[in-house]
Amino acid sequence: MSIAIIDYGSGNLRSAEKAFARVAASLAGDRKVTVTAAPEDVLKADHIVLPGVGAFGDCAEGLRAIVGMEEALNQRVRQQAYPFLGICVGMQLICATGHERGTHRGFGWIDGAVEPLDVPSTLKVPHMGWNDLHITTDHPVFAGLHGQDAYFVHGYAAQPVAQNVIAATTDYGGPVVAGLACDTICGTQFHPEKSQQTGLHLIANFLEWKP
Amino acid sequence: MLKVRIIPCLDVHDGRVVKGVNFVDLIDAGDPVAAARAYDAAGADELCFLDISASHENRDTIIGVVRETAEHCFMPVTVGGGVRSEADVRKLLLAGADKVSFNTTAVRDPDVVAASAAKFGSQCIVVAIDAKQTDEGRWEIFTHGGREATGLEAVSFAQDMAARGAGEILLTSMDRDGTKSGFDLELTRRVADAVPIPVIASGGVGCLEDLVNGVRHGHASAVLAASIFHFGTYTIAEAKQAMAQAGLPVRQ
Repeated sequence: MSIAIIDYGSGNLRSAEKAFARVAASLAGDRKVTVTAAPEDVLKADHIVLPGVGAFGDCAEGLRAIVGMEEALNQRVRQQAYPFLGICVGMQLICATGHERGTHRGFGWIDGAVEPLDVPSTLKVPHMGWNDLHITTDHPVFAGLHGQDAYFVHGYAAQPVAQNVIAATTDYGGPVVAGLACDTICGTQFHPEKSQQTGLHLIANFLEWKP
Repeated sequence: MLKVRIIPCLDVHDGRVVKGVNFVDLIDAGDPVAAARAYDAAGADELCFLDISASHENRDTIIGVVRETAEHCFMPVTVGGGVRSEADVRKLLLAGADKVSFNTTAVRDPDVVAASAAKFGSQCIVVAIDAKQTDEGRWEIFTHGGREATGLEAVSFAQDMAARGAGEILLTSMDRDGTKSGFDLELTRRVADAVPIPVIASGGVGCLEDLVNGVRHGHASAVLAASIFHFGTYTIAEAKQAMAQAGLPVRQ
């Protein structure tokens, strides 16, 4: 099975690559992790991972600068229904719009927007550090993670229109979306590749998921 | 609930840990990657590498350290020391760092902080402030390991850095650093209360109560320490236990 981690100039891919490779090696079956900027690799991948570090607009622009990438993602994930995991801004990008330094268009796979964290002034932004997960679905990718601490670092959060796509929340001045799930799409606001055992557990769930 | 972070800091000189790390089971006390792995296993919430190499050429060795650490440790890593440009930030992020810390450059060329935050996001840009008390209620920023005074006042400088897009302040009291007499709580509180971004308290930790005080009285979001962990005086687990007993939220 092939796992494609999409490289679109977005920061720290090495940690994601190493974390997925570590988990892939621990699971049964032949699994190959590839970091790629080629749409044709996405069209052949069994699992697709979209990491993301930086501002929503920069990331969207970087991804669209690769000719054919958004189309390849739409075809493989939305039409052919292969499993997809977006991480941090990679999760935010699946929403319709992002309001970080201007208004930017996302993929629109989930109806909703990415908005600045709306927290009391006593709380710091970015929301940075370890916070516990409240899993709100019985989705297999989020199985076994309820109450576990995961590593977050973000100043914006997804606000989906439909509440049933929220798979996990965390408490930071109220519930903040920590995970999304819909059809063959999953996303985490936290960084599984930085969340030690909790993160590796989620990655294993994702790689074993057969939607 | 967001947890208070406990961050061990490793000073790295030409690719080797300065003073060494005194852990049982650690064969090479000077190997930064081995030390990082030990802290990962011990449950540290983040790691900080501070590169104190004298020459610019030797700074590339830190890239190798970060790359190798990222292969083994799936935890957040901050790297600082000698970071001068957007290109330096990019190199460290690509090697596997999650956050990059500016120090002297933030004073000399604050536009680099703003440009890096715009390019890579505030969440990965840290500004490290080294401050010394110069008068009642006044702390001044020093660079070059505390040798050069800048004339800049620490609280307003921290506010300026936050406004330019820094996502976190790493605040070290030069008066307390190495003294084991506890954080400068007044300095820490003044800065933490003045900025909307997280502040890491640093400099002066001698006992576990100091860590508790940094959060409770210094209002820090995270506490950084070096020697108490490296010399095995206290373990990360003991630090977390002390904080939990004091009623502070920690990750177990």
